[in-house]
Amino acid sequence: MMHNRLLTVAWGALTLIVAAGSEVVALDGKAVFAERCASCHNATGPAPASLEGVLERKAPDLFYAGSKFNLDWLEQWIQSPSPIRRSGVMFLNHVITEGGKDRINEDTIKACPSKLNAEEAGSVTEYLMALKDPKMRTGVISRDKKFSMAQALRLFTKQYPCIGCHTVKVKENETGGISGPSLTDAGARLNPDWVYARIMDPQYWDPKTWMPKIELSHEKRETLTLFVVSPK
Amino acid sequence: MYRFAAVLGAVIAVAMPSLYDAHAATAQENYRLYCTQCHGITGNGHGINADGLAVSARDHSSAIEMSKLTDEELRLAITKGGEAVTKSELMPPWAQVLRANEIDELVVHLRKLCKCVAAK
Ligand code: HEC
Ligand code: HEC
Ligand code: HEC
Repeated sequence: MMHNRLLTVAWGALTLIVAAGSEVVALDGKAVFAERCASCHNATGPAPASLEGVLERKAPDLFYAGSKFNLDWLEQWIQSPSPIRRSGVMFLNHVITEGGKDRINEDTIKACPSKLNAEEAGSVTEYLMALKDPKMRTGVISRDKKFSMAQALRLFTKQYPCIGCHTVKVKENETGGISGPSLTDAGARLNPDWVYARIMDPQYWDPKTWMPKIELSHEKRETLTLFVVSPK
Repeated sequence: MYRFAAVLGAVIAVAMPSLYDAHAATAQENYRLYCTQCHGITGNGHGINADGLAVSARDHSSAIEMSKLTDEELRLAITKGGEAVTKSELMPPWAQVLRANEIDELVVHLRKLCKCVAAK
């Protein structure tokens, strides 16, 4: 009891000293997140392990946000979100069949309501960027490495089924499927090392993701990664 | 001692699959999650990704198309992808996502969708 009281006092004193040291008292990003974002986003893990869990997920998981995103993109985007997933967080919740053909009912898709001001965005970004996956290998991809665009297109659109689920830009035209996120601005958004790791083992990140795990050599996976992160 | 181990082993062997099955997905669930995005909610080949597919996804509800294929070909296509059955690579391989028995159950499910029997 006594100990606790002492600790609390000590903490308080320390916090005061630290706060006084910096000019403005920084917002607590974790607290802002808990109040404004955590009702939809999971920032603690784990990802759902059943189809029901996937159907109930309201928003993308953020418990490895620090491994997944580029800091600058994150800080900007949470101030004014733009659509990423054309079929919603989970396509099965938005699909309708009309005249024998499936389509997405866009009226049922909700956008991310995050409209943080610059100060809030800074603190939430700091909090989210600290959520890193401890096992992910870093330093695997160097963004500026040269790759053959012709080979990358062949891999992405012909030899492997990537184009079936992801929209990319091919010679200025957007083409591809919609059950996975659009990759047209993936270079600005995603950390290349995470892209590599996500392609290598989709189910490690999200056990019930509907992206297949596909065997690829390091070279092919690297080329696909460089291709994915090339548009900005 | 050996007898005890054998009994214990048998108990575990009986208990394990049922524990496992409590969480295992059914063929319907797997089909919804992994296959309908391309093959369509009804299996007719018109999923939400149809516009992105240069080769149309197989119509699993067509008895005419599906009865040309053997069960072994269906299993191979699901396991190793279109390329393994000299079809389009847009059909992905699922061996690293689904267990062999789940793929067998999907083959049975496909035969229900087409209401047809396998080619001999
Ligand atoms: C009502 C539910 C809801 C709330 C509350 C919410 N979001 Fe979102 N968020 C979404 C949805 C839905 C998406 C997916 C948008 C898309 O893909 O187009 C999303 C996407 C995101 C993404 C991109 C994730 C990715 O993997 O592409 C980030 C980052 C994000 N939200 C941050 C926030 C922050 C920060 C807050 C709180 C200030 C917040 N969100 C509050 C629903 C929500
Ligand atoms: C059957 C559909 C499907 C196929 C085929 C597929 N993906 Fe995906 N992909 C997905 C889904 C679903 C997600 C994650 C959805 C989410 O986060 O909301 C994803 C996520 C990704 C991401 C992360 C994007 C992000 O914004 O979070 C990358 C990068 C990616 N896929 C690349 C590839 C590559 C490269 C291939 C081919 C080797 C491929 N995908 C094949 C469905 C697919
Ligand atoms: C990215 C889109 C996509 C996904 C996801 C997908 N398929 Fe396919 N599938 C195709 C395409 C395209 C074809 C047609 C290939 C051809 O005719 O060349 C096909 C063909 C098939 C065939 C016929 C193979 C043959 O020999 O003609 C079977 C069986 C099949 N798919 C089963 C499945 C099952 C089961 C699933 C889910 C586990 C699934 N597919 C998921 C795109 C997809």
